[in-house]
Amino acid sequence: MERVILHSDLNACYASIECMLNPELRGKPVAVGGSAEARHGIILAKSQEAKICGVKTGEALWQAKQKCPGLIIVEPHFDQYRRFSRYAHEIYLRYTDLVEPFGLDECWLDVTGSTHIFGSGEKIANEIRETIKAELGLTVSVGVSFNKVFAKLGSDMKKPDAVTCIPRGGFKEKIWPLPASDILGVGRSTAKKLESYGILTIGDIAKTDAAFLHKILGKCGGELWSYANGLDSSRVKSYDLEIPAKSIGHGVTCQSDLVTADEVWKVMLELSQDISKRLKESKLSAKAVQIGIRNNQLETKQFQAVIPFATQSAIEIAREGFRLFKENYTWKHNVRAVTVRAIELQSENAPDQLDLFGNCETHDKQEKIDNTVMDIRRRFGDKAIFNCCLMTEEKIPHGKNEVAVLPSPMFK
Amino acid sequence: MYRKVYVDVILKQDKTGATRPLRIIWEDGRVYEIERLLYICRAASLKVGGCGMRYTVQICGKETYIFEEEGRWFVEAK
Repeated sequence: MERVILHSDLNACYASIECMLNPELRGKPVAVGGSAEARHGIILAKSQEAKICGVKTGEALWQAKQKCPGLIIVEPHFDQYRRFSRYAHEIYLRYTDLVEPFGLDECWLDVTGSTHIFGSGEKIANEIRETIKAELGLTVSVGVSFNKVFAKLGSDMKKPDAVTCIPRGGFKEKIWPLPASDILGVGRSTAKKLESYGILTIGDIAKTDAAFLHKILGKCGGELWSYANGLDSSRVKSYDLEIPAKSIGHGVTCQSDLVTADEVWKVMLELSQDISKRLKESKLSAKAVQIGIRNNQLETKQFQAVIPFATQSAIEIAREGFRLFKENYTWKHNVRAVTVRAIELQSENAPDQLDLFGNCETHDKQEKIDNTVMDIRRRFGDKAIFNCCLMTEEKIPHGKNEVAVLPSPMFK
Repeated sequence: MYRKVYVDVILKQDKTGATRPLRIIWEDGRVYEIERLLYICRAASLKVGGCGMRYTVQICGKETYIFEEEGRWFVEAK
């Protein structure tokens, strides 16, 4: 039986929600932007009117204001975005339990088993579109196809408030002329690489030898070839299925550039507190640490290393991160943003291979200290006890600690 | 021009957990009896901005909406 997959995308999600909640913003060029003072001053989303003026997601607020002087910039309200996202999911779940979110605003739905109850994929898509408009006051674009990649492509083809069907018969005429960058998995750098080989459209990808794509792009090359030929067979994840986290990380853009290693240490220590807390909550420990350093030229470098013991400890994660930083970072430019990630996660109870010369006593002692600190924070609040060196730290933004919902890789 | 006015609501909750608004108390303290509850659905209020459960009710013989949004009640006031 041919699968019926829908991909629903809330149009200009953040900006639409802001306009929905504040009728005075409607019909005006509106953009949701981070705080310029905290150096998060980029456009996160923009309304249709702002889009017409040429405002682009990801550009600096001052650039956007230059293009569109009347632009109204509002601060993001992630709690509201999460609420509307939850409501949208509830609507999708009326049709199927196979609902796979992709970030806050997008979802795949497998309605193959529901078509005999609710009608064709297109009918369901239109119903969802109408329901979301009536119940949430937002518009969606829905793509209907026989696999996830084409469904997503479909939802991008007509915006806003539209349904696009890409049936198996005739997909070549609809999809192959589109630029290669439109298909899932082709980002800016992949598009550039493909272009250098004269591969400009999705059709070009489909007609290129799969082995050649594999050679130039690695594993993704083969995948891309099957996507372009309509051979994607990845499943839509059940809504209740929790995929275990592969990493737990936290990063900040500092209020001003970090100019000494000592300042970087403080930021890493602060970030590690949060990582340690989340590791403990998820009952996981990390066997490796990864750091990401972005300098003031906006170049990012990543380093990672394995640690001798699986750990949940903030100080151990921070120390390893800082060691990586000291060994690898050459101070050509000052540091703008730091990310620390706990990777190679395992259950906190997983047996550990001990090192003959390592000192597990220190590790155990550290664990006891950490547990005590955690307990004090649980009882008296996060700021009840913290490292003395962080008392004078002024470059770390102390705003709301929002854990962003980023699209995790597509379920396969 | 409509405005979003949050109001106090007197509710009745039955054994099954279902709630039913009985009276609303306006900003100035005036109390309005809900004569009939006509319809309940999830809906957006495009007039004042917001979304939640929309109760179509009859107050003083007129049909109107009251909304329950995340545990708070509001009306679309003129």
